[in-house]
Amino acid sequence: MSNKPRVGLFIPCYIDQFFPQVGLATVEILKRLGVAVDFPEAQTCCGQPMANTGCNAAARPLALKFFEVFKKYDHVVCPSGSCVAMVRHHYDEYLEGEPGFEELKRNTFELCEFIHDVLAVRQLEGTFPHRVGLHQSCHGLRELRLGSSSEIVGESYNKVRALLASLEGIELTRLQRPDECCGFGGTFAVSEEAVSSMMGLDRIHDHEQAGSEILTAADMSCLMHLDGLIRRQHKPIRVMHVTEILAAATRDAVRIVPGELEPSTTVP
Amino acid sequence: MSHATLAAQFVADDQRAHWHDQALWFVRAKRDKMAQALPEWELLRETAAQIKAHTVSRLADYLEQFAERAESLGVKVHWARHTAEHNQIVLDILRSHEVTRVVKSKSMLTEECHLNPFLQRHGIEVVDTDLGEWIVQLRGEPPSHIVLPAIHIKKEEVGQLFHERLGTEKGASEPKYLAEAARRKLRECFMRAEAGITGVNFAVAETGGFVVCTNEGNADLGVSLPKLHIACMGIEKLIPRAQDLGVFLRLLARSATGQPITTYSSHFHGPRPGGELHLVLVDNGRSDLLGSDEFRRSLNCIRCGACMNTCPVYRRSGGYSYAATIPGPIGSILSPARDARMYYSLPHACSLCGSCTDVCPVKIDIHHQLLTWRREIAARGLLSWHKRLAMRGASFVLRRTWLYVLLGKMMRGVGPWLPRWLLYSPLNAWGKQRELPTFPRRSFRELYRNQEDGQRDRLGRPPSVERSP
Repeated sequence: MSNKPRVGLFIPCYIDQFFPQVGLATVEILKRLGVAVDFPEAQTCCGQPMANTGCNAAARPLALKFFEVFKKYDHVVCPSGSCVAMVRHHYDEYLEGEPGFEELKRNTFELCEFIHDVLAVRQLEGTFPHRVGLHQSCHGLRELRLGSSSEIVGESYNKVRALLASLEGIELTRLQRPDECCGFGGTFAVSEEAVSSMMGLDRIHDHEQAGSEILTAADMSCLMHLDGLIRRQHKPIRVMHVTEILAAATRDAVRIVPGELEPSTTVP
Repeated sequence: MSHATLAAQFVADDQRAHWHDQALWFVRAKRDKMAQALPEWELLRETAAQIKAHTVSRLADYLEQFAERAESLGVKVHWARHTAEHNQIVLDILRSHEVTRVVKSKSMLTEECHLNPFLQRHGIEVVDTDLGEWIVQLRGEPPSHIVLPAIHIKKEEVGQLFHERLGTEKGASEPKYLAEAARRKLRECFMRAEAGITGVNFAVAETGGFVVCTNEGNADLGVSLPKLHIACMGIEKLIPRAQDLGVFLRLLARSATGQPITTYSSHFHGPRPGGELHLVLVDNGRSDLLGSDEFRRSLNCIRCGACMNTCPVYRRSGGYSYAATIPGPIGSILSPARDARMYYSLPHACSLCGSCTDVCPVKIDIHHQLLTWRREIAARGLLSWHKRLAMRGASFVLRRTWLYVLLGKMMRGVGPWLPRWLLYSPLNAWGKQRELPTFPRRSFRELYRNQEDGQRDRLGRPPSVERSP
């Protein structure tokens, strides 16, 4: 165990406060894949809301704090593409030249990306007999390139979809606009409330016509926005973070990768 | 008025906003099909971006070379620092030829300079000959899109307009019929015109020639009948070599409308026999962008409009919600560069989805530049006080883990007890159409700690998330 890489768990502030089940599912799936994680309790927020509003002076201390908290880890894993994109693509301004920063940038991963690229697990043993619609969260897609975007010409791939598709019984629905933004956009959701809500409703309609029973994404922020619209309109669609699906689907499965594994705990 | 206010007005007509969204998505889908048909698409984009970066890095040299070659071809070259100079130059040329009637093909530069109202004030009749642009001109509106100026108008509304202005049959809205009526009327304008004004899509430094792209052939007709041709171009339209056109002409129409090439790509090398050709080169803030490390790449723009067609905000908020000559993502970079105070809200009219960056044929990192503009807006003190205060407050709390944990606990403790009328007061913009997330009793960090400590419930399960109803 001691020569295993140390993995720091980075749980975005709003997941910590509002969606703890997503954090727990992240721990669960990583454990099941043989990864021991450490959750440094000093962490709060990566500073993205401030940076995206242009308030860089307010974002700076949070970037420095993040760096202090996470620089000791070999890998940092987070169930949010958007927060990882903040670290990887928008921290240079605050931390460029800092010893250890380049390593931190290189070693901070979105959860699916970590499973797919670092653990090199492409096939999960699990069952999830549901019709699932994958919402491609923009920052995961176009900043982290977790998948190919519809604008770019080239080979088509998608790491999140690949992991989901490997589950037995899952049916991934076909959308008319496979990677249009849901309209969350951070403070945009509030300052441009009308357009933001219209964008969200349009995404939900696309999932309705496709017959999605569960709407999933690798970013809880998009789902928080979509779920807010769904619940207000009492629509029969549920949202689940990708991590929740992966954890739930593999809960009863036998071991996935060789190595030390927790005995699977069956929930009655 | 801010973009959000104008956008909300557009969105309020749900049916129309969806119609607008779908019309533009159709164009984006056509673009995808065309782009996908070229396996070398990404190489073309990269090449175009590099050619533009190179040109801009020695723009002064190329401009000199271009002007010299153009003059040797008999073109009269003029230089304008800003819009007022541009408009005066054009007026002086027209006056020296005693011109009172002009036809003009589509040029975003002349829109930027507000040339039409200027010339009209000086007694010169200007007719926009691009069909879409003519329609908005008849309505007394500016274009709402740089390539599809009348995309916000339905054919029934065009039918009504033509009925009132051209005497077409009442209620007739068949596009072919309306286009025919427009063609007849515009033909008269072409015949009467004493000068033709065009924009410039690409100017070639090594030859001194330039290219104008249209689908209707209106530029060609407009400068072939009268003896006087005035072409107006921004100084960023330059490319070094004629062979570079092979890159840009392939990208332009595919990105703009999903056509393999524009119907007409007309090359001009000096005046035609017996005629005069004037070229007005305009700076109007472009050299400021050239001097800025952050925004220089916005000069790559070839005005294809692809970023508008793909932008999920533009499609739903309409071109007029930007209240700027160039709307949409690229306009939200260019407009604040002219007047940050006036256009402070535009860089925020964006969910940072990045689709514009991926679709841009000259690889401008549009959404990152918008983010950079947000920083500029805040640094210049133009951000609304409540946003600034909220971000400062949040940063104060989030810097202190204990305070963040404490306030989180309080929020989750008190939240479920707050009455709905208070939680969903008019101050809560989120809650206008959306429910707030429910409040879990414990945060992730509390649950995680309990789990690590081996806590189990009565059934031997690890602690679970309990939520307020």
